[in-house]
Parts: sequence; C-alpha cells; structure tokens
Amino acid sequence: MANFKARIKVPKKAKKGEVFQVKTLVTHKMETGLRKNKKTGKKIPRFIINKFACNYNGKEVFSSNWHPAISANPYMSFYVRAEKSGSLDFSWTDDKGQVGTKSAKIMVTG
Amino acid sequence: MVQRIEMKPVNRRDILRICGSGALALLSTSMLPGLVYADAKAVASEIKKLIGDKKMTEGRITIEAPQIAENGNTVPIGFTVDSPMTDADHVQSVHIFADENPSPEVASFHFSPASGKAQANTRMRMIKTQNVVAVAQTNTGSVFMAKAPVKVTIGGCGG
Amino acid sequence: MACKFIVFSIGLALALGIVHETGHAGEWGKYQVEDRRSGYTYRTKETRAMQDDDFQNPGMALVDEGEALWSMVDGKAGKSCASCHQDASVTMRGVGAVYPKFDIGLGKLKNIEQQINTCRTGQMQATPWKWEKGQLLAMTVYVRHQSRGMPMNVKVDGSAAPFFEKGKAFYNERRGQLDMSCGSCHEAYPGTRIRADMLSQGQGHSFPTYRLKWQKVGSLHRRFRGCNKQVRSKPYKYGSDEYVNLELYAGWRARGLPIETPALRN
Ligand code: HEC
Ligand code: HEC
Repeated sequence: MANFKARIKVPKKAKKGEVFQVKTLVTHKMETGLRKNKKTGKKIPRFIINKFACNYNGKEVFSSNWHPAISANPYMSFYVRAEKSGSLDFSWTDDKGQVGTKSAKIMVTG
Repeated sequence: MVQRIEMKPVNRRDILRICGSGALALLSTSMLPGLVYADAKAVASEIKKLIGDKKMTEGRITIEAPQIAENGNTVPIGFTVDSPMTDADHVQSVHIFADENPSPEVASFHFSPASGKAQANTRMRMIKTQNVVAVAQTNTGSVFMAKAPVKVTIGGCGG
Repeated sequence: MACKFIVFSIGLALALGIVHETGHAGEWGKYQVEDRRSGYTYRTKETRAMQDDDFQNPGMALVDEGEALWSMVDGKAGKSCASCHQDASVTMRGVGAVYPKFDIGLGKLKNIEQQINTCRTGQMQATPWKWEKGQLLAMTVYVRHQSRGMPMNVKVDGSAAPFFEKGKAFYNERRGQLDMSCGSCHEAYPGTRIRADMLSQGQGHSFPTYRLKWQKVGSLHRRFRGCNKQVRSKPYKYGSDEYVNLELYAGWRARGLPIETPALRN
C-alpha cells in the first residue's frame, strides 16, 4: 500500500436521503511525462494517480479516471446520497499500481 | 471611497526593463517546446470512440470554469448535469476534454443513482487558452455536451 | 500589448502625479489594514477560494505533516517537540506573529526555521533539518499555522532596530542587471500586471505559502531568491543574515495583517 497523504471532508451525520458533498485532496506531483530534466535533457517519465474511487458501505458510488492534465495535488469533490450509517472508503491508484486509502464514518439518522 | 496608495516617484525605465526581459520569461515558461497540440478534431475523435454514432445534444450540462485562469497549471473546473439521478434515469459518466492541450483527455467521472447529484469539481492543467468540453452519457443512452472557453495568460509582454 | 498598456498607464499616472485606483476602502475586510493590502487581495477569486477552503488548499497537507512530526521522538535526547512544548495550539500560538526576532545569544535575528533547528540540535541532540526540504517546511508551516488569523506584529525597535534598518536598506537598494529595488515593483506597481502576474505589496505574513507556480509549498526565502533572480541579481543563501533581516522588514510591511499560513499564491 502506498503512503498517500490525503485529506477528506465528509459530514459526521446526515439525514437519510440527504445528498451531501465530499471533498478530497491528495498530495501527488502528477508528473505528466512531457517534462524534460533541464540538466540532462532527458524526459521525466509519466507518473500520476490515474484512478480515484469512493465506496459507500462496500459499493462503488463514484469514481474517476485521471489523465496527466489533472493538476498536481489533485482535488476532487462530488456528492453522495445518505442511505445507511457506515463508512465511506476512498482509494487512489497510481501508475505503478500502488493504492492509497482513507476512510470516514458517517451516521445516518431518520 | 477610492483608496489611495501613495505613488513613489518611479523611474519609467523600470517597467521597460521588466518587459525587455519578458521574452526570456516566455521562453522559460513554455513548458513543452516542439510539442504537437490536440485540436477540436482530436477531441471529436475521442468523443466518437466513446459514443460511436450516437447523437449528441447541446445543453443540460453547466460547466464551472474561470473566464481567465490565474495559472494554467491549476485551473479549477466543475460541472453539473441536470438529471433526476434515479435508477430509471441517471447520468452514468461525464468526460472532460481540452481541445488544445498536448493530449485531449482530462478526466472521466462515473456516477450512480447513489451519487444523488451529477456534479463534480477538480483542477486541471491548461497549456494555453482553449475550450473545455464536457460530454455526459445517461443510462437511457442520451448524450449531452457543453463547451466553455478559458483564457490562460501565459505572460510576457507579447501576451 | 501588456507592455504598452503598462507604459501607458504609468505615463498617465506620472503625468497626473497620482495614485491609481486600487478598490474601495474596507472592501477587503481583514485583508486590508490602512493602505496595506495582503497579497491575497491581488489574487483571482478562484485562487482566493482555494485558500479559503482547508480542503481545497494543498498547503494544508503540510499542517498534517507538521502535526505528525511534532510528537515524533528524534535525536540522542530521546525527545519530541511535544515533550517540551506540549500542545502546539497553546504554546505556539502567537509565535508566528513575532518572528523573526532578536536573539541575545546570537546577537542577531533568528527566524522560525532557525529556531526549530536550534531546538533540534540543542534540545533534542538531533541533526538539523535542511532548508526547503519537506520536514523543515512542514514544521515551519505547522508552527506558523498556530497563529493563523493573528495580526503580524514583529518588533522593530530596541535590539532589533539595526537589523530592521539593514532589511529596509536591502529592500530599497537597486540591484541586478535590471537595476531595480524590491520597491521598484512592490511599492510602485501593486495591482499592476507584469508578465503573467499581478504585483502585490510583497509582504511576508503568508509564508510558507503554496504557490501555483511551484505546485508546492515554499519558504519566504525561496520567494526572495525568486524575486532577486527576476531582476537578474545573485540570490542569497537560505537563512542568510541578509534574508533574515529582509524577512523582518517584509513582516513589518504586513503589520496588522492576519497570518495566512499556509496561504495560496500564484
Ligand atoms: C528539551 C526541550 C525542547 C525540545 C525537545 C524542543 N524545544 Fe523548542 N524550545 C525549548 C526552549 C527551552 C525554548 C526557549 C529558549 C530558546 O529560544 O531556545 C524553545 C523555543 C522554541 C520556539 C520559540 C518559541 C517562542 O515563543 O519564541 C519554537 C518555535 C520551538 N521551540 C519549536 C520547537 C520545535 C518545532 C521542536 C521540535 C522539532 C522543539 N522546539 C523541541 C525547548 C525545547
Ligand atoms: C521585477 C519585479 C519584482 C521585483 C524587483 C521584486 N519582486 Fe517580489 N514579486 C514579484 C512578483 C511578480 C511577485 C508575485 C506576485 C506578487 O505577489 O506580488 C512577487 C512576490 C513577492 C512576495 C510574495 C508576496 C505574497 O503575498 O505572496 C514577496 C514577499 C516579495 N515578492 C518580496 C520581494 C522582495 C523582498 C524583493 C526585493 C529583494 C522583491 N520582491 C523584488 C516581482 C518582483
């Protein structure tokens, strides 16, 4: 497992049926593969996070595929509809297949 | 009330000097010399790969992007697709393209009825002024598209 | 184009003997004190929005990192920062507002980076952290962040006075192939676009800051080096006396403005 530094924002509580916003931020250079090393003139190989996914109680509710045009330190926000109390599990996968994860608990009332 | 800042007596040549060195700045900030850029055609062909010969309708998508980006390496973009997001009728995916980046793909987003809203925000790189194109596919087979121009100041006294 | 525009507007300003409109008084709320406007106010609304939201601001990752380092034991003394300073939100609150400050032992100014390394070598018997590397940046961000929102309030009189004067002299000295002082840009033209950037008043209260250009967080001294290079003059070393004195002057230029670390700039 990769040690991705991530920040996530998920409300602690939500009412059943409520649509809430999720914000995620992960630290990564997102090397495009197009830059050259100024000294050696050699291309710096592409190395990016190419996939982000969010599972809610084990089921994927949102995901995204990223290309090198996504900025360094990718930010991603989206929405989820509250169903049951449980956990939101986030994962980031890079070009080497390394996966970083982070989770948040949510309590659903009503 | 207009706030006033005292203007020190300045040397008119100062600013000319900065501009004179502008050419240099331009050179050092052009990240990808000699690269071939994508164009509207490349975007069209990417879209065709996705949707085949299906008909595309303009509308239903609102793109959120700055008119002028402060820095092309971090341009905040977002979109909202007008959809009930029910099992019967929801957006499945949205694809974002940039028509003059080195390669047209930016990102794809996959939604489900549990998303509640077909809305997302991220940040993208734009090598120059160009259009952001969003294409949305629904579970019922409809395809929508929208376009938004974003101006990127590359700087220098020529720009 | 831009050139002509700048020359034109400056010509005009000179001819009229003014001043240019920089917005309405009070428009910037806490980001403006008298005629001092934070660099924040010169950025676009999208960039400001990134700073305003701790979940959009990538600099916040260094606050997390600094927090983890705070309680990490290191060095021969077997101590962490927390062993002596306990809860940073209490003990470090206000520290960022008053640095750099005069150090009797050294007989000169010291900034936060230097204080952190003094504690590492002296108190912890650990190796000093390298300038502009992850750990020193993260800890400086973390310490400074504890004072976020507090007004910049560096001491420039008493023992600090001669160093303040040196910083001020450095700021006003013309240098480099372009023969320009810091003030040639930051006092004469705040609110004016040069190259692709909108000039601010060049203050020090937002550092270390996340710059879009760097795509990472950097120190105030890195910024100074960049500004020196812009006029093609030789940059000084990280942590040099020249830059620490300049840091005091840049901090004084921001007096009363709230600390923003980690800020977001272009
Ligand atoms: C063994 C105890 C000890 C440890 C461990 C220690 N410090 Fe200190 N620290 C001190 C003392 C004593 C002072 C005040 C005297 C001085 O200036 O050195 C101080 C002062 C400071 C100050 C200045 C506070 C002010 O009000 O001006 C900062 C900032 C600081 N330390 C940060 C750190 C950090 C960051 C670490 C961990 C990397 C750390 N310290 C580890 C003892 C310690
Ligand atoms: C050629 C013009 C120019 C000169 C001369 C110059 N700078 Fe700058 N400086 C800039 C530009 C452009 C920026 C980025 C936009 C901004 O924040 O002003 C900047 C930014 C800064 C910032 C960051 C402000 C913030 O809020 O993020 C500081 C601090 C600064 N300069 C200090 C200095 C100092 C000290 C000197 C003299 C050693 C100096 N500058 C000389 C052009 C200049």
